[in-house]
Amino acid sequence: MSLDGAGVAPPRTATFVVWRLLGLMLTLLVTSFLVFASLYVVPGSPIDFLIQGRSPSPATIAAIKKQYGLDQPFLVQYVHWLAGVLHGNFGRSLEYRENVSTLIASRLPTTFSLVLLSAVIILVVGLGAGILGALRAGRSSDKAVLVVVTFFAAIPSFAAAIVLISFFSVRLGLFPTFGAGQGPVDRLYHLTLPAIALSLTFIALVARITRSSMLDVLSREHVEVALSRGLARRTVVRRHVLRNAGGPILTISGLLVAGLLVSSAVVETAFGLDGIGSLLVASVDKLDFPVVQALVLLVVAAFVIINFVVDLAYPLIDPRVKAGDAAR
Amino acid sequence: MALLSIYGLSVRLPGRARRPILDGVDLTVEAGEIVGLVGESGSGKSVTARAVLGLTPSGSEVAGRVLVGNVDVGSAAPAQLRTLRSSTVSMVFQDPRAGINPMRTVGDFMTESLRLNRGWSKGAATERAVELLAAVGMPDPPRHLRQHPHELSGGMLQRVMIAAALSTEPALLLCDEPTTALDVTTQAEILAILTRQQAQRGMGMLFITHDLDLASAVCTRVYVMYAGRVVEAAPAHRLFSEPRHPYTVGLLASTPDIHGAQERLVPIPGTPLGLLEDPPGCAFAARCPLAVPDPCLSLRPGLEPVTGSAGHEVACPRAQLSTGDLVRLGSLEEGRP
Amino acid sequence: MSVAIETPRVGRLGAVRDFGGSWLFWTCVTILIGFVLIALFAPVLAPYDPNATDLSNALSGPSLQHLLGTDESGRDTLSRVMFGARTSLVGPLFVVVLSTVFGIVVGLLAGWRGGWVDLVLSRVLDILFAFPGLLLAILVVALFGKGMTAPVVAMSVAYLPFVARLTRSLVVQGKTQPYVAAYRVQGFGPTYTATRRLLPNVSSTVLAQSTLNFGYALLDLAALSFLGLGVQPPTPDWGAMVEQGRGAVLSGQPMSAIAPAVAIVVVVVAFNVVGEEIGDRIARRER
Repeated sequence: MSLDGAGVAPPRTATFVVWRLLGLMLTLLVTSFLVFASLYVVPGSPIDFLIQGRSPSPATIAAIKKQYGLDQPFLVQYVHWLAGVLHGNFGRSLEYRENVSTLIASRLPTTFSLVLLSAVIILVVGLGAGILGALRAGRSSDKAVLVVVTFFAAIPSFAAAIVLISFFSVRLGLFPTFGAGQGPVDRLYHLTLPAIALSLTFIALVARITRSSMLDVLSREHVEVALSRGLARRTVVRRHVLRNAGGPILTISGLLVAGLLVSSAVVETAFGLDGIGSLLVASVDKLDFPVVQALVLLVVAAFVIINFVVDLAYPLIDPRVKAGDAAR
Repeated sequence: MALLSIYGLSVRLPGRARRPILDGVDLTVEAGEIVGLVGESGSGKSVTARAVLGLTPSGSEVAGRVLVGNVDVGSAAPAQLRTLRSSTVSMVFQDPRAGINPMRTVGDFMTESLRLNRGWSKGAATERAVELLAAVGMPDPPRHLRQHPHELSGGMLQRVMIAAALSTEPALLLCDEPTTALDVTTQAEILAILTRQQAQRGMGMLFITHDLDLASAVCTRVYVMYAGRVVEAAPAHRLFSEPRHPYTVGLLASTPDIHGAQERLVPIPGTPLGLLEDPPGCAFAARCPLAVPDPCLSLRPGLEPVTGSAGHEVACPRAQLSTGDLVRLGSLEEGRP
Repeated sequence: MSVAIETPRVGRLGAVRDFGGSWLFWTCVTILIGFVLIALFAPVLAPYDPNATDLSNALSGPSLQHLLGTDESGRDTLSRVMFGARTSLVGPLFVVVLSTVFGIVVGLLAGWRGGWVDLVLSRVLDILFAFPGLLLAILVVALFGKGMTAPVVAMSVAYLPFVARLTRSLVVQGKTQPYVAAYRVQGFGPTYTATRRLLPNVSSTVLAQSTLNFGYALLDLAALSFLGLGVQPPTPDWGAMVEQGRGAVLSGQPMSAIAPAVAIVVVVVAFNVVGEEIGDRIARRER
């Protein structure tokens, strides 16, 4: 080996990002195709499926046919639909008689606030518990963390919702039982219980992964070396453990966001919140397929894109990794 | 007062081990001398080094005394221990790639102790780091300081490790198999750096290795360990010309001699003692060609001075046999010095 | 520094014998067996017909006649919880079995064959990974109507890629092992070597992982029923019962909603404890 060092990787990074970007496009294309084509998976004709449970006027039926281009060849329909989607046009809701995009846009803020609040809770409590458990491994505080985490992991958000409502709203009257409130503070107040209900399973996940990742790093030699140089334990944890342990947490963050988005459907329904989750459930119930299609597509796309971004973020925390190399 | 004095150090690991990993080790290092600690893996030599820094495995029971100067490591307050680690004693670890945080730069590693333990400014610490990297033979210190560990070869990383260990101007340097992870040419370079620095700074050095030849090249005195106990201690040249303990003899007979005529290599029969085995007598008895049931299997031998050999101690009741007897018993190859 | 500690060799049954004094583990096993028995023998064990309404007795709290009280239609909660075990446990079972069987097949194919097959299958798996289980189930319900069949299939498809990916990576690692080459050199065909020799060695790790999916499947399917998209009334199902009990909660008699919620939590906790312990033991044995 030459004395000149092992050498840095040449700028493969750029090519790798482009390659991954193409993969992302392909995945998005295929998933959008699947979501679109699902209309054709049902028995019977698409138009019958779309108007089931209603008795629309001939004009409405014609409008629906036009929206989906049902009298055109399949692939043309798909391209037509996809073009519309890329322009933000998801067609019209069968139930609400308005543009799907407007409908979704109006309900997005509630879900966004809910997910954001939950994410904060998850990160603060989950990371905190995981770090605490790892630093006091084997002692009673660690055991307590493990027990609590095992329970949280098994509590579905709707069960948590019921218990929280029953105890804090009905019995103690501390929180409202439904609705998203008006204005930032009121909204925070209204979203507290829902956010807690939503967070529990994910707190368990984050805590478990953080703890095990930290325990792994704590056992590594560079930590021992740092201690051997006389650094305080707290300093060593701060400088040599935390950042090194971050990888697995970054890996699941994509899963986390997807899980939050999907579980919001349950929590929003339980608490009567007007977000896109409850919209999805209501649309399935009311056979409003254009809305269902749009929402499924949006959530899947968000999931795929977030995972892509997470992959790119790896080199920021681990200099050994070139973008796209990250272990899944 | 010796720089390092270890009296009766015993370390017992938590769990299912039946015998302690260190069992009554006595060892001294004077200022300015290089002392070798030789043994196979599992002999406890690494644990000994870590005990000097107070870094025994968590949950282990420690008995005996470890004195660095007049500081008792076992009973030192945390702040005292940290001072010890940050100014008096430094350790060079075996695998620099595992020992340096891969997510931080080499410069961060080099300056960490100076900045955080002594409050040096970043500029002053970087200057010192550049000096030290140059002293260990790195061609372009400023550039290397900006690099991350994965960008450097193993040999260069070990130089970084050594430079970092020297940055605190320690009186005692512990080297735990500093060249084992490196290829042979690099080994020689690293050894040269270590010995030069030791001579220049007058440090005491504890040099741990499994390689007897390496120890002979570098050390003034050598301790040989087996199964957590010191079985022989002698000035280096005496150890190699007149080994007394059958284990030492076996070690010498089983390593190829690059200079001499190619003789038959004689491996030591049997396997090293596991932690689940705890024989009552001598730990080496099961593999020893000289062992007799009494006292070898029943009585644990202590270190006794060897008659006619100054500074030479051995833990073997059969070791006082003459060289001729040892040859007859097949323990020594005829003609081997 | 290597320390020669001997690990006792245990066979498959030995691992079971080895569990010894973990009271938590055995308590959870007992709980799970208890629930299975309850599900199987609900008609015999339940004190009341789960669908028998009695409006005069609606929303009564726990009492001697109704140990867990009644719901808003006067139906006995305890009996409904017992019958609910049937639907609530059967769905996840199917999901785990289906996703494991097909996941192993896909993973084995991709890992063993490599090349084009692997490329295509891995891409397919990537696409499947993009669909969270609950979301796919909701889409499928939108297409095929409410009930349990479609969601179970959808969820099996959503969980499949996890099993497949694990199997694939174990197979890829395993096929480079010397013993595999030894079999091929002796003339054993590739299919035989892959399925009868390599697969059993990786299957215990895969099975341990995929049984943990039981808990997730239970939670997802219960959520689906809570949303009204899964099991339809009047069939008792724990998720659906929680939803139906919401009115009761607001009236201050939450037991008809809390009892099934507690049942879910208890079963999932017990399953996770047991599943993780078994997984740990298997991982340690194969180290």
